[in-house]
Formats: sequence, C-alpha cells, structure tokens
Amino acid sequence: MYTLVNRIATSMETIIREGSPKTPFVRLDGESGVVEIKGRSIPENSVEFYKPIIDWLEKFGDAPSDETNVNIQLEYFNTSSSKCILDIFKRLELIHKKGNPVEINWYYEEDDEDMFEAGEDYQSIINIPFKMIEMEE
Amino acid sequence: MGFELKNWYSDKKQGEVVLEYNGSITPDLITEALQSIEQNLNLKNEKNRVRKKVYNVFVECLQNLYHHVDYPPETAPVERSSNYGIIILSKDGTFYRISTGNFVKKEKLNYIKDRIDQVNSLSDEEVRMLYRDILNNDEFSDKGGGGLGMLDIVRKTGNKLEYYFYQFDDEYIFFSLDVYIS
Repeated sequence: MYTLVNRIATSMETIIREGSPKTPFVRLDGESGVVEIKGRSIPENSVEFYKPIIDWLEKFGDAPSDETNVNIQLEYFNTSSSKCILDIFKRLELIHKKGNPVEINWYYEEDDEDMFEAGEDYQSIINIPFKMIEMEE
Repeated sequence: MGFELKNWYSDKKQGEVVLEYNGSITPDLITEALQSIEQNLNLKNEKNRVRKKVYNVFVECLQNLYHHVDYPPETAPVERSSNYGIIILSKDGTFYRISTGNFVKKEKLNYIKDRIDQVNSLSDEEVRMLYRDILNNDEFSDKGGGGLGMLDIVRKTGNKLEYYFYQFDDEYIFFSLDVYIS
C-alpha cells in the first residue's frame, strides 16, 4: 500500500505557467507540496483557465504531501475569477480535513484594502486558517 | 427631443480623458485598453490603492459589456459591429469616472433597472454580505460573474451606480452607466 501511495505521489507532474497580461503565474509542485498563484487574474473565461489547476488539485488530493503550502499573491482579480479561486480553496479544504495540514498565505500590498477584504471573504467561507501577509510597497 | 449620442459624449468627457473607445468589445480590445491606461501618468502617480481600484473596476466594466452587449440598432449613428459598446475613463477633479454606454432592447430595461436599484439600496455591510452569499452559491453562469459584477463595482468604489436610460427608438434604449472612484 505504501509503495502504491508513494508512486502516485511522485507521479504528480509539476505545473508551471508563466503569467500573461490577464492571467497569473501559477506553480503547482506536488513533490514539495507548494501551490503558488501570483499576479493578476482577469481572463474573460476564468473557468477555462482554472480547470487544469482544479483538476491537478483533485489528483493531488488523492495523495497529498505531508504539508501543503499555498501562496496567493494577487495584484487584483475579476469577479469571474473569484468563484474559481474559491473552488481552489474548497479543494484545499478537503485535503486539510483529511488530516494533511494546509497552510494558506494570503499576500496583500500595504494599503490594498480590497485585496485584504477579498482574503477575509474566502476566510469566512473556508475552514482553514489564513495567514494574512502585508507586503510593503 | 430625441437622444443625441454626441451630447452624451461631451457630457461624459468632462475633465481629462484617459481613454475613450467605441466599437466592438473583444478580449483583445480589453487587454489593449488596460495596457493603455496603465501608461497614463495621472494613474501612475496615484496611490496603489486608487490605481488598482481604477484598473480593477475598469476591467469589470469592460467585461460586463463584453458579456452582455449586442448589435446596435441599424439606425444608430455608430459602426455596425457585434458586441458594440462605449467606454470612457476620465479624471474629473478629484475622482475618476468610468462611463459606459450601449444599446439594449427595450424589454431588458426593467431587468437592468431592478438589478442596479437593488445593489444601490444596500448598505456597505449588506453589499459585503450579499457578495459572500453569491460567491458561495453554485449558481454561476458560464460567463462566470453570476451577478457579482455590479456588486463588486459598488463595493470597491463605495459609491452608488448612476444610470440613465434614453429612449432611442421604439425598439431600443441607450443604457448609460457612470461609476465614480475617488
């Protein structure tokens, strides 16, 4: 059983997507358990952009690493992305509930109340403690 | 007196125009428009907070148009293109104004009006709560917004939406929306 789980765990591919004018940089690293989303997220079709990420998390959830570190550092995002970002957190919540700790770091710029509040919105829905990290300009 | 588009224009262009566009609203146009306002010196010199609000609300307004607008009526003094809309961003005194204009079929008027009136009637706290409710329900359209667009704009700007409906002909209304950011 151990070998099987191990095999699944190591077979998780790492996904790296460079940022574009409308989509964020994304790094999904199954081996070290790191999920990173940085930049802006304003695509017209967010579902299409986020689907591979949700799929990856679903697979990762079958054999997660001992600990998962999530870094969300968004400049801003459109309402079409907001639901997809919630879907990501819901996937992570499932992993956390199963006993594999997930740490979420939510970054926001010093005077950016909108991004801070967006973090609060997700925190009010998701049962994982968020670490709110203020960045200096 | 019928509706005069050029009067509407001159009204919305009061102040310093950062960007104006009329024509087909496409994903590429949205990218270009955003890149263009990012070069604007007024905005570059703004505090992070204001600058990001303007970018964010500007994109939301354009994507609202992209997802919802139609062909203009045949008799309208504008180019015949699908997804026809107008957007004007100007700095007027201490605030930024984003104005959008588009033609809608008469029968959509009540729906749009009710939507905006509802959002405008809410307190800040109610806006926040409703936003969270809609975010967490599963009734999202393919377009993704599921009614969050207008709420998000009101929440980020802290201002009510100003709208006008102008009768264009028997079939069409010109819908004008102003959003203020300060």
